[in-house]
Amino acid sequence: MREIHYNDIVKAVKEMVMDAEYKLPEDFIQAIKLSVNREESPLGREILQEIIQNAEVAEKEQVAYCQDTGYPVFFVEVGQDVRVVGGSLRDAINEGVRQATKEGHLRASLAYDPLFDRKNTGDNTPALIYFDIVPGDKIKIMFAAKGGGSENQSKQAMLKPADGIEGVKKFILQSIANAGPNACPPFTVGVGIGGTFDYSAVLAKKALFRHIGERHPDPRIAKLEEELLELANQLGVGPLGFGGTTTAIDIKIEIAPCHIASLPVAVNIQCHAARHKEIEI
Amino acid sequence: MVEAKKIITPLTDDVIETLRAGDKVLISGWVYTARDAAHKRMLEEYEKTGQLPFDVKGQVIYYVGPTPAKPGQVIGSAGPTTAYRMDKYTPKLLELGLKGTIGKGWRGPEVKEALKKYKAVYFAAYGGTAALLSKHITKVEMVAYEDLGPEAIRKLYFEDFPVIVANDIYGGDVFEEGQKKYRKLVV
Ligand code: SF4
Repeated sequence: MREIHYNDIVKAVKEMVMDAEYKLPEDFIQAIKLSVNREESPLGREILQEIIQNAEVAEKEQVAYCQDTGYPVFFVEVGQDVRVVGGSLRDAINEGVRQATKEGHLRASLAYDPLFDRKNTGDNTPALIYFDIVPGDKIKIMFAAKGGGSENQSKQAMLKPADGIEGVKKFILQSIANAGPNACPPFTVGVGIGGTFDYSAVLAKKALFRHIGERHPDPRIAKLEEELLELANQLGVGPLGFGGTTTAIDIKIEIAPCHIASLPVAVNIQCHAARHKEIEI
Repeated sequence: MVEAKKIITPLTDDVIETLRAGDKVLISGWVYTARDAAHKRMLEEYEKTGQLPFDVKGQVIYYVGPTPAKPGQVIGSAGPTTAYRMDKYTPKLLELGLKGTIGKGWRGPEVKEALKKYKAVYFAAYGGTAALLSKHITKVEMVAYEDLGPEAIRKLYFEDFPVIVANDIYGGDVFEEGQKKYRKLVV
């Protein structure tokens, strides 16, 4: 059985978090650059240029792309032939986040209890971690920094099977239109269809890790993604909601089996601070 | 590039009257920071004592919780947070003389009404462009509620801080007007 030491995970997570906060994924930046030429609104074009420039400055000066350095969310796939030694995997991930927050000058953005004094936890822990067991002897760690502005505009609905594809499309487009300027468009939109109430939302979040332009392997879903992207860009929201033709950069849908009585749909809105990163140890 | 107007804080009614939704504005001078937790505490305190931690007359509040400064920086990344979360508190502050707020996103009907009634403006800064915006902040001072960390009230000195007039005193709304122009699909 392969062994991975706690300290190696701490270090890898710390570096991954800091890097994700300072540098947006290359595919996203390229997509924004391409959208400048297509955007019809002059103000929209100016904003897209500012977004590109902000990314350049953040990377060059190694500072946070956005002041909301987000809720740290991890999807972790643990190979069944690997063992973590020297401490627990969960503790190692949290320690990595803690060190990245301190050394990387990230903002502490978590309130310990949601209802009462809402005291800040001070170090962005505890991170939200979804674990999965997979074949192999590696650990794959996927990280997203979810800003409050766009997470707050995300939506879930338990539709009726009779609502069908049209009902799903309407719900997704309404969610995008309602998110509007509050959630810092252009968006990448993660959609989860099927599963249960909770699992649809997890799928929507996980969908955001797919590369820009990478379509779902099922051609029917791929077609739906393309169609929705085109429709989303007709909503008029535009860059930062000031109006325009670049509302969404991409829409990614994941599906899962569901109960014969259900049609769960979740829409996870991702702002232009599209901080996602993956590593494998 | 859209032409920009330059204004200096504190703001007076004659300046407010010249601002129209959609105008690009560069703000210079001191502004105050406050977001959710500071607003809540500030207005609870006002209920009890009739006092605010700073005099809001003519002032501008920037809804921001910056990242900590790196060594050599004045302030960390400092872009706007979503404004509607402060809607519950804003009309009272406008009544007390606050002249401007800076954030991102839509305001609710009560705030839009209060802007008209008390002659004040809501400015939108470019959300998420926090590394760029921090370059227009040249001084920072702690004012109150230091225990709130990133949510403490600070004074920031702006130099040509770029914003767009989002809601003016005439009922103009840059988001509604801008989106209408490009909307081909209504859902
Ligand atoms: S919504 Fe995204 S880009 Fe906008 S302030 Fe929040 S994290 Fe930053």
